[in-house]
Amino acid sequence: MRITCPHCGTRGVEEFTYTQDAERTRPRDGGAVPTKEWTDYVYLRDNLKGPRREYWYHGAGCHAWLVVERDVSTHEILSVTLP
Amino acid sequence: MRYSAFSVFTQALRGHTGWKPAWRKAEPAPSYDVVIIGGGGGGLATAYYLAKNHPEVGRIAVLEKSWLGGGNIGRNTTIIRSNYMLPGNEPFYEFSMKLWEGLEQDLNYNAMVSQRGIYNIYHSDVQRDAYAKRGNAMILHGAGAQLLDRAQLRKEIPYLNYDNARFPVQGALVQRRGGTARHDAVAWGYARGADQRGVDIIENCEVTAILQENGKVTGVETTRGTIRAGKVAMAVAGASSLLAAKAGLRLPIESHVLQAFVTEGLKPLIDTVITFGAGHFYISQSDKGGLVFGGDIDGYNSYAQRGNLPVVEDVCEGGMALMPMIGRARLLRSWGGVMDMSMDGSPIIDKTPVENLLINAGWCYGGFKATPASGYCFAHLIARGEPHPVAAAYRLERFAEGKVIDEKGVGAQPNLH
Repeated sequence: MRITCPHCGTRGVEEFTYTQDAERTRPRDGGAVPTKEWTDYVYLRDNLKGPRREYWYHGAGCHAWLVVERDVSTHEILSVTLP
Repeated sequence: MRYSAFSVFTQALRGHTGWKPAWRKAEPAPSYDVVIIGGGGGGLATAYYLAKNHPEVGRIAVLEKSWLGGGNIGRNTTIIRSNYMLPGNEPFYEFSMKLWEGLEQDLNYNAMVSQRGIYNIYHSDVQRDAYAKRGNAMILHGAGAQLLDRAQLRKEIPYLNYDNARFPVQGALVQRRGGTARHDAVAWGYARGADQRGVDIIENCEVTAILQENGKVTGVETTRGTIRAGKVAMAVAGASSLLAAKAGLRLPIESHVLQAFVTEGLKPLIDTVITFGAGHFYISQSDKGGLVFGGDIDGYNSYAQRGNLPVVEDVCEGGMALMPMIGRARLLRSWGGVMDMSMDGSPIIDKTPVENLLINAGWCYGGFKATPASGYCFAHLIARGEPHPVAAAYRLERFAEGKVIDEKGVGAQPNLH
């Protein structure tokens, strides 16, 4: 896989670190008691095939966080944008 | 047909023309008491132990979307071991190790189980202490373990790079009972054993929908028609989330790619299993002579069954750091498999919120060694409705309850387990 960083151009995937699904949203603070909302956020995943938006960190480049749209079935990179 | 030295001898006299297929090509019946989805190691072992230990459950079918044993049971690096640490894990993996030790006699099938030992090399004082702790946990659970210092290790494995300044080899934790098994033969042996006990193994039969009425599972829709079932048991590691979604479930699992490698055939060289502690690299030699090795998962979600080159480089660097002698061997093949990476690095064997739907999933990249116990315990759960004592911690609800079994202690980051 090669990712085209908006700042640095096209670079090999070894320069980047995958972190997580960019669609997951952290619930608002639910207080001290663990809620179902928080459990779902921390532990459960859709994990389906096809395109998805992910956060990648360009650690060996400009140190920017990127939103990479990538097809997990084919590894095709569909778009790279800044968050 | 029972396999024996005598049957091989008599077949040899007949030019090997009298061998029968090891299992029937079953046609799907309209209904079964238990339908197991997934004709890999987990599903076939489950079917075998269900038919053997719990014949009261009735008619059993295994549905496989492709060909038998074509998924991760045919793609792994064949290592068997029970060198875990945590109380939720170690009794389970040790139970699996004991099943491996009697597997071939039980199945009457040559799975080429070879207890050639496994050496986990350590490279620092801290790592030695961690391995000593792990070894003690193993000894307490009857798995056996031995901590070797540098001189002892050098006597047993002289060909490591002991002069590596960056990753000094200080010693190893050894499990002598660990080793390897012939992965495909494990699937075939379980398939044959299950078939002999009346299980229908139906290949090229993909489940397209899970049928429910009033919150209860009543059967499955497949590419070969509707099949009614009293209970439906999922054993489809690699595709667990996709199948569970058909029942409206979200799982604590992400799919990641793990690559494995084999070199050209070499003369006998490595007579054990060795893991590198300063990176992630593990190696053994197959009976055909190829060096079989692997390393970390690539680190990003994937269903592609192939990985990328940076990990190939990383794994080979690990190998070169540990044993530079393999540097001249040519790589014959590399491949990738889809791993069910769970949120704590440990598996799930449990009922689901949908009645009569059970799940066996989340094996991360360590499912092969667990195959016998995974099937044994899943069969127990399906038949009795309660978990087998050694698999009691593998509950789906452990995440919500904070009772995770996290050997590495990295939290809900599947790409780091």
